[in-house]
Amino acid sequence: MNEQTESLSEKLLQRAAPGRVDFEDMVVVPVFAVIVALILGAVAMLATNVDLATIGRSYVALVVGSVGSVNAISETLTAATPLVLASLGMAVGFRAGLFNIGAEGQLLIGGMAAVIVGFSFAGMPTYVHLPLALIAGAVAGGLYAGIAGWLRAATGAHEVISTIMLNLMSYRLVDYILRLPVVQREGRADPISRSVLDSAELPRLLEWIDPNLRLHSGLFVMLVAVFLVYWLLFKTTFGFEFRASGANPEAARYAGMRSGLIIVIVMVFAGAMAGLAGANQTLGVLGRATPGFSAGIGFDAIAVALLGRSHPVGVLMAGLLFGALEAGGRQMQVDAGVSIDLIAIIQALIIVFIAAPLLVRKIFPWGFQKETRAGKE
Amino acid sequence: MEVELRNITKRFGEVVANDDVNLTIRAGEVLGLLGENGAGKSTLMNVLSGLYTADEGEILINGKPVDFKGPGDSISAGIGMVHQHFMLIPVFTVAENVILGVEPTGKIDYLDLKKARLQVREINQKYGLEVDPDELIENLPVGIQQRVEIIKVLFRSADVIIFDEPTAVLTPQEVTEFFEIVKSLRDTGKAIVFITHKLHEILDISDRISVLRRGQIVGEGDPQTTTQTELAEMMVGRPVSFNVDKEPYAPADVLLDIEDLTVLRENDDVAVDGINLKVHSGEIVGVAGVQGNGQSSLIEALTGLTRVAGGTVKFNGQNITHASTRARHRMGIAHIPEDRQRMGMIADFSIAENMVLDTYYDDRFSKHRVINWPKAYKNSARVAADYDVRMTSVHDAAGNLSGGNQQKMVVARELSRETMFLIAAQPTRGLDVGSIEYIHSRIINARDEGDGVLFVSSELDEIMALSDRVVVMFEGRIVAEFDATTHPLDKNTIGLAMAGAVA
Ligand SMILES: Nc1ncnc2c1ncn2[C@@H]1O[C@H](COP(=O)(O)OP(=O)(O)OP(=O)(O)O)[C@@H](O)[C@H]1O
Ligand SMILES: [Mg+2]
Repeated sequence: MNEQTESLSEKLLQRAAPGRVDFEDMVVVPVFAVIVALILGAVAMLATNVDLATIGRSYVALVVGSVGSVNAISETLTAATPLVLASLGMAVGFRAGLFNIGAEGQLLIGGMAAVIVGFSFAGMPTYVHLPLALIAGAVAGGLYAGIAGWLRAATGAHEVISTIMLNLMSYRLVDYILRLPVVQREGRADPISRSVLDSAELPRLLEWIDPNLRLHSGLFVMLVAVFLVYWLLFKTTFGFEFRASGANPEAARYAGMRSGLIIVIVMVFAGAMAGLAGANQTLGVLGRATPGFSAGIGFDAIAVALLGRSHPVGVLMAGLLFGALEAGGRQMQVDAGVSIDLIAIIQALIIVFIAAPLLVRKIFPWGFQKETRAGKE
Repeated sequence: MEVELRNITKRFGEVVANDDVNLTIRAGEVLGLLGENGAGKSTLMNVLSGLYTADEGEILINGKPVDFKGPGDSISAGIGMVHQHFMLIPVFTVAENVILGVEPTGKIDYLDLKKARLQVREINQKYGLEVDPDELIENLPVGIQQRVEIIKVLFRSADVIIFDEPTAVLTPQEVTEFFEIVKSLRDTGKAIVFITHKLHEILDISDRISVLRRGQIVGEGDPQTTTQTELAEMMVGRPVSFNVDKEPYAPADVLLDIEDLTVLRENDDVAVDGINLKVHSGEIVGVAGVQGNGQSSLIEALTGLTRVAGGTVKFNGQNITHASTRARHRMGIAHIPEDRQRMGMIADFSIAENMVLDTYYDDRFSKHRVINWPKAYKNSARVAADYDVRMTSVHDAAGNLSGGNQQKMVVARELSRETMFLIAAQPTRGLDVGSIEYIHSRIINARDEGDGVLFVSSELDEIMALSDRVVVMFEGRIVAEFDATTHPLDKNTIGLAMAGAVA
């Protein structure tokens, strides 16, 4: 190679500063989306005859309840942890072009498995018992999702349909398991499991401040998972294959990647993350399993993954936001007597605006550089 | 109608894609637009069709300045563009595609398809297009799909029609028909802009020629007096040789041995019908034939992308009939696929990621499934510089490359690997003459170093220039074989064989 190409190739290695458009997409659009959603939320309250003072009070409560005190922050983080975990799996799925609706079911199955391991094995030391319970959750969730992955790869059955059906099956499956004599709490007729042993509980982090603070060490599991997923997606050959088959399946096939195998691996991974989210709930917050302990986290996770643009860091941010909305929403209900459904409305509005960046650009033209973009040729 | 582009400048970050360009487009005239890959042709036309906004300069229609805020404005001003990659919905009919976005409606927004069909028929008749309005797009060959794009533009009553590399995907027969259509459009007073890399085409059809280089207009040509050599030199800035030098033919062992290969299409039609072919090390075999005679299926079977229905394929003595695509890659078979955007690259990925799209797993770039990105970046930059892929950084999205540079990226990736065998389909599709010269020399280099090469091209000139041997495929069979090393190839004879005239 001659000198000219040598110096040219040096130049090509330089990375351009992140463009204005990227910045707008990643930061400006979400910020505006949240603002618009809050304003429209206020309009919705007005429409239901809530007076202005109450609206003001409820938004103050939203802030105070989410970040206004140690307890508020603890609640926000506690709510965010399972959301982030489950939507990390979701994000990997989206990147690979798979729309996994089944996090709710995978979360239930995973949480259930974690509980069973958690109340069995009395006398085991924590450093064995807790990891074992967490792993059980991940494995169970992964296998459960793997069914949908295998169906897709082997028969072409679309994962949206099969994961919805697996969700429905998981509800009944959990009901059934909860009534098994080995699982059901002694002396109870209702479906409720035995309690997780101390040795399998995720230790609380802030008990030294106040024993009522619920934040637990699942937070670290979640942070490690964020890093791990980032590494998986962008540094490993697995991640490269996932992203390639999501972005252009035909080109991935021509490059020799095996789509069937990738589908199964991705689904198992997504399920494992959801299962971990379930274990996080049962081992860290609830201490036992009851019907419907998933509380819709698996569905909120879809929104979080979309909001975070299927990027691990974005998912972390979006999960924190949703956690804050949930914690603050509870406070709102207490302080201002506003229905918690309002929070659902605001969450939905945020999603709508994030999903429609052009709409946000139309509403706030001054926030964006003028640029007409187009596809190549 | 007269359209004038005045002092147009368009930048993408640091890249100046159009630099102070002046251009006039007149009614009843075909303007040929010529230029290297990445010279800024598509960008300029996207400015004219309202997809991009120019950073500087103005557009005048009949002397009056206009301001296009989007494609809608440009369409209503009478400007229509046929993009290189068609924008049709495969599961819709021709008529439905044509009216998309401007649907004629009756009472209470009732979609008046009947009227649409009628209008499509009228346009058909006026310009001799012969397209059935009720046929589904997915059932139509590329040439006819292109006509649908033309009807779309005419339906929106365009007076200026821009064609961005329309002939790159057409067979020679279709090109002839396409030129008839262009002529009839011109004769009815439309203004035509025609972009191509094929010099003989531009001399054939244009009334005027403008040449772009690195974003600037560097010359004009009169098709009556200019020659291909002059045009090429104007474009590239240096003389281009159209002949390639080869070492003497010295084939060694058989590398690829195809016996009785039969491949079926999805609907169980026979695509490849019992083909026998041997390709030696140090030999280039060109597969000629009209598109759709089984060449694509043959290549898919050889690269492990399609199941083989019968027969065997041996590579280097090993039976690979049912080996996976990845296994064949590993054995040193490189593949340049025929449709770069669909099969060869991922537009949203960076150029560096695309450069390792099928090598990311090997020892050079990853260990224990962890990719060594710094090394991959360095390699991409080196290969890109080596193959003159014009870009600013390997971290840019591949989709932002100009069409020809996308092709060069794919070719560079495949040719820069350690290979023993190259399978290429339309390797120079969309490339300018300078790049074609370069890619040809690299392919010949590979052959001189002992690689076997099997390539498919719809360009007879390319087949003649490169091949040591030529086989002609017709209806799934090899109907003729020519040895370029013993007798000089004759274009007419090959052409006749392609039409199925030889027994
Ligand atoms: N959306 C974009 N973002 C960044 N750079 C771009 C974009 N579109 C084009 N470019 C750059 O502008 C230059 C001109 O590209 P353009 O597509 O106009 O070339 P072209 O003349 O059509 O070439 P080809 O013959 O290869 O199609 C190229 O360097 C290309 O990389
Ligand atoms: Mg172009």
